[in-house]
Amino acid sequence: MSSFTLPRKWQGASVWALYAVGLAPAIWSFYLGATGSLGADPVKTFERSLGLWALRFIIATLAVSPLRELGGPNLIRYRRALGLLAFYYALMHFTAYMVLDQRLDLHAVIADIIKRPYITIGMASLVMLVPLALTSNSYSIRKLGHNWNRLHKLVYLIAAGAALHFAMLVKVITLEPAIYIAIVALLLAYRPLRPYLKRRKKQRSVHQPAQ
Amino acid sequence: MPTFRPPRIPASEITPRSVYLRRRELLGMAAGGAALFAAHGALAAPLAAKPGPYKLDEAVTPLESITTYNNFYEFGVDKNAPSALSGNFKPRPWTVKVDGMVSKPGEFDIDQLMKDYALEDRTYRMRCVEGWSMVIPWIGFPLASLLDRVEPLGSAKFVAFETVVRPDEMPGQTGLFQPLPWPYVEGLRLDEARNPLTILAVGLYGETLPNQNGAPIRLVVPWKYGFKGIKSIVRISLTDKQPPSTWNIANPREYGFYSNVNPDVDHPRWSQATERRITGSGFFGEERRPTLLFNGYGKEVASLYAGMDLKANY
Repeated sequence: MSSFTLPRKWQGASVWALYAVGLAPAIWSFYLGATGSLGADPVKTFERSLGLWALRFIIATLAVSPLRELGGPNLIRYRRALGLLAFYYALMHFTAYMVLDQRLDLHAVIADIIKRPYITIGMASLVMLVPLALTSNSYSIRKLGHNWNRLHKLVYLIAAGAALHFAMLVKVITLEPAIYIAIVALLLAYRPLRPYLKRRKKQRSVHQPAQ
Repeated sequence: MPTFRPPRIPASEITPRSVYLRRRELLGMAAGGAALFAAHGALAAPLAAKPGPYKLDEAVTPLESITTYNNFYEFGVDKNAPSALSGNFKPRPWTVKVDGMVSKPGEFDIDQLMKDYALEDRTYRMRCVEGWSMVIPWIGFPLASLLDRVEPLGSAKFVAFETVVRPDEMPGQTGLFQPLPWPYVEGLRLDEARNPLTILAVGLYGETLPNQNGAPIRLVVPWKYGFKGIKSIVRISLTDKQPPSTWNIANPREYGFYSNVNPDVDHPRWSQATERRITGSGFFGEERRPTLLFNGYGKEVASLYAGMDLKANY
């Protein structure tokens, strides 16, 4: 198994660098949007970009374990940051929708959440992200013990919800949403297959002659 | 779906316009380079027109927005695909075939049509079914004048329209993922087609139509959602049966034959009560405004639908 190791003194800094790089797309498109250079419909462009980045970070979070287990680098050190970035982007996505798009028309926002299935699903995914973000600290992990793992299984539901939210808002399914849906489906399908894959790997190592 | 692209040049050197152009460049290169440079060279000839009969007291949407934010899936599904990828499209020579239930069918040359009819300025609201709107200064002539010329038979009740199919010039019509069946088709009731508001547009902003806006000739029906305004028309047929329309074929539950702008009839997935007016400025210049029944053209067209259930006939 390959390992991904930085010198110890760089490890903490690399996580902070991930936050900085991860938030750059939001800052950059906000700057473009505020200065009138995000195209003809800057609100929609900004809103969709934030939503897409939220989905990307959810995918990245879910990819950490399979990557390690299938022989790739071990990025577990960055998983918390990836998950939190997904939460931040989902929150910014909702804020952009409420403030810039609906101009704080709470009546319209609530009606949307109740009446529009794709918004209901998106909102549910955001709400489920909140407890995960709140318990992402080391204290909660220690305190909750086994329950922490059970709680954080919500991420699978969130990923499915986010992919569905994306697929349901487009007028026709084109290549881009199809690819995202396929990636999320693969990452979710990996989980039930995991015990089987692990068993095979173990068997293979048992049958190999000792060197 | 617009995505973030990291800057290639220092932020301090970027002016809003050049950033904008760069976005299109990247898209153009991704899809095969050459088209891009042709796109910028697409010819727009000046076009004279007399003032039309309708006044609109609303700020006109900037040309830049009208020509870079388009739904024209024949060139690609992204809003900026039509402007980036329509450079190879040839709007000349061009003829429009008018046939079906008419006494005098014919094939009309676009340049001749533009001489035959007095072109008018028609500044109309344009409301997209997606929930945004613009104000567009079209140049065109009433569809009724062309219909009069071919003399529809008494049995004709509907008008069917068809867009050109040219996979060599329209990259959205090639490839594995075809979002819609081609040709794009649309239809109107004959009385809707004859309404004085209904025009065939051949220009906007004082010039001939850019390729991405449906060159050389397109339909404009301002009280209906934008997708009814079929682009790059090659055929108009009079018929006695309600003609098929592309979005209705693609998703009959969401897109009806009539598709009149109506704030009280929601799209199944989103509200149509309000709209974002595209103003070409940043976040804080864009405004959300209430959507008007028949897009504000009730005085001219409400009588067409007297006694009709607009929810059932969406």
